[in-house]
Amino acid sequence: MSDRDTIIRVEEVSKRYGKVTAVDRVTLEIPRGEFFALLGPSGCGKTTLLRMLAGFEMPSEGKIFIDGVDMSTIPPNKRPVNMVFQSYAVFPHMTVFENVAYGLKFDNVAKADQYGRVMAALADVKLDHLAERKPDQMSGGQRQRVALARALVKKPKVLLLDEPLSALDAKLREAMRFELAELQDKVGITFVMVTHDQDEALAMAGRCAVMDRGKLMQTATPSNLYEFPANKFVADFIGSVNLFEGTLEVDEPDHAIVQSEELGGRIFFDHGVSGAGGEKMWVGIRPEKIELLKREEGAAPPTPEDAPSGCNVTAGTVRQISYLGSESIYEIDLVNGRRMQVSRPNLSRWDQEDFTWDDEVWLRWHGDSPVLLQS
Amino acid sequence: MAKKVARAPLDYLNMPAMKAWLAGVFIFLYTPLMILILFSFNDSKANIVWKGFTFKWYVKAFENTQLREALFNSLLIAGVCTVISVVLGALMAFAFWRFKFPFKGPLESGMSLPIVVPEICFGVAVLMFFAKVGFPNDLPYPFNLTQIILAHVTFAFPFVAIVVRARLEGFNPELEAAALDLGASPFQAFRDVIIPHMKPGLIAGGLLAFTLSLDDFVITFFASGPGTITFPVKVYSMVRFSVTPEVNAASTIIILITVVATVLALRAQAATTKES
Repeated sequence: MSDRDTIIRVEEVSKRYGKVTAVDRVTLEIPRGEFFALLGPSGCGKTTLLRMLAGFEMPSEGKIFIDGVDMSTIPPNKRPVNMVFQSYAVFPHMTVFENVAYGLKFDNVAKADQYGRVMAALADVKLDHLAERKPDQMSGGQRQRVALARALVKKPKVLLLDEPLSALDAKLREAMRFELAELQDKVGITFVMVTHDQDEALAMAGRCAVMDRGKLMQTATPSNLYEFPANKFVADFIGSVNLFEGTLEVDEPDHAIVQSEELGGRIFFDHGVSGAGGEKMWVGIRPEKIELLKREEGAAPPTPEDAPSGCNVTAGTVRQISYLGSESIYEIDLVNGRRMQVSRPNLSRWDQEDFTWDDEVWLRWHGDSPVLLQS
Repeated sequence: MAKKVARAPLDYLNMPAMKAWLAGVFIFLYTPLMILILFSFNDSKANIVWKGFTFKWYVKAFENTQLREALFNSLLIAGVCTVISVVLGALMAFAFWRFKFPFKGPLESGMSLPIVVPEICFGVAVLMFFAKVGFPNDLPYPFNLTQIILAHVTFAFPFVAIVVRARLEGFNPELEAAALDLGASPFQAFRDVIIPHMKPGLIAGGLLAFTLSLDDFVITFFASGPGTITFPVKVYSMVRFSVTPEVNAASTIIILITVVATVLALRAQAATTKES
């Protein structure tokens, strides 16, 4: 990635508070115009990193460059970034118009131009009809739009969003996801969003960085995070996953087999994996990539479609069913006592009774479904 | 059959005994004031029997030059004291809210000392202080009020500080961060965001300081030099001979000023709670 296309470069940045390391040697590049998400559980350091981008915290070590400029000595009011705060932080004693116009005072924008720019920003967030309202007469969603307009009117190089959807109710949250993505597309400004909600990050961001305990775990597109997680943490944090500990038994260029005591069987990969034989590893299988089949007492296991016999098939009993409308999630107890999660879309309105509690089932999956994790 | 109305557990006002008690409390609280105000309109020199309605005591009180001067002094002292107290109190509240520094805990507790120390002790302390530092006693009017103003500020500004400090507790720090983020300097953020948030506290604290200063007797008595007199001190000296309806009239005016100030203060505080 050339420097010209990089809007934010974070170099070996750490932030320590006494003995606590909130951010631990994070290195990151964000290209211009991207919708980027910092994703992680609470306390993982994502908000601290965002606050360092805004200038409210200074790194203990490392450097942050925005558009090629070292931010080490630049206070928040001189940075080419603007932020939408988690509480929205709309000034309660100002009208919507005054809120949005506030930041322009410091940009030497002529009074005559201010009106047009404020109204344009308000139109962008569909609030131009409420310019004279006071914030206490507005809903949470509307206040958030004020905060958005107030930040965007400054035409920042980067817009920072701190948990932008966490305070909205479920329906509005879903609508805002699309609207934020569309807004980003329209204004073309780089968005950096912090969220603990993986659905939110996957739905909106072009790329996500997953953080855990101050460390950057993986930076990738949403689909790569989900299908090719770099480690157990990412596999488990993004979506649901069945994790099994095992050792690599066969490691060939075109296939591999992991022996897992936890699963009570062998797992076949229809592709080569990079790993050392005999070492302890983990295999992750997503619930929707597992097939459920009826099991008769004493019947032979179904043959796997693409794997050697004895691989990628295991027996179990249905213990719990969560009916979620579009899909159902089955909790299956394996013969060795381990529990496994399988999800099935409810494709028809009638066959929901297909599997029920205490049903004896086979679980089967393809050789391209499991993912090998080394840490 | 008599209907028995069910009562909710907290519905005290529907209990006759409770109503009577409440009435009793109000009578006990306000009868003396009512009598004072009533007899300020009494057409008799004695404060005992009602003889008829008149405004003459108000006229007389107004024509009493000394009383008028004392009232003006009191208002002047209270006004200056309010301005100084609001500034000092707000700065103190802000410092305690914003910064961490050594001995902050003891200092913050010490903030309320002038409030809890008995006035008489405070008065003596003030008297001794001014004597020890050799504060000039013979300044021309109105500078001879300086001692009283200083004494009033010392006990009034902690009230402002406490009110403003409480108000700041409810401040969302992201508001200040937002102002900085939008390009404001730290001072501009303070001016544009923090002060507007403090405003109801400043008004309430200021009115508190005003009324405290206006009706203070004990500390003023000790702090006032020769030739300076305030309204409460003057009233006291008049009462020493006899309680005339003139004193009633003057007191009624002070009550009126205080009530108006209190109502304004309460309104300011109501605005506070409504916002948050």
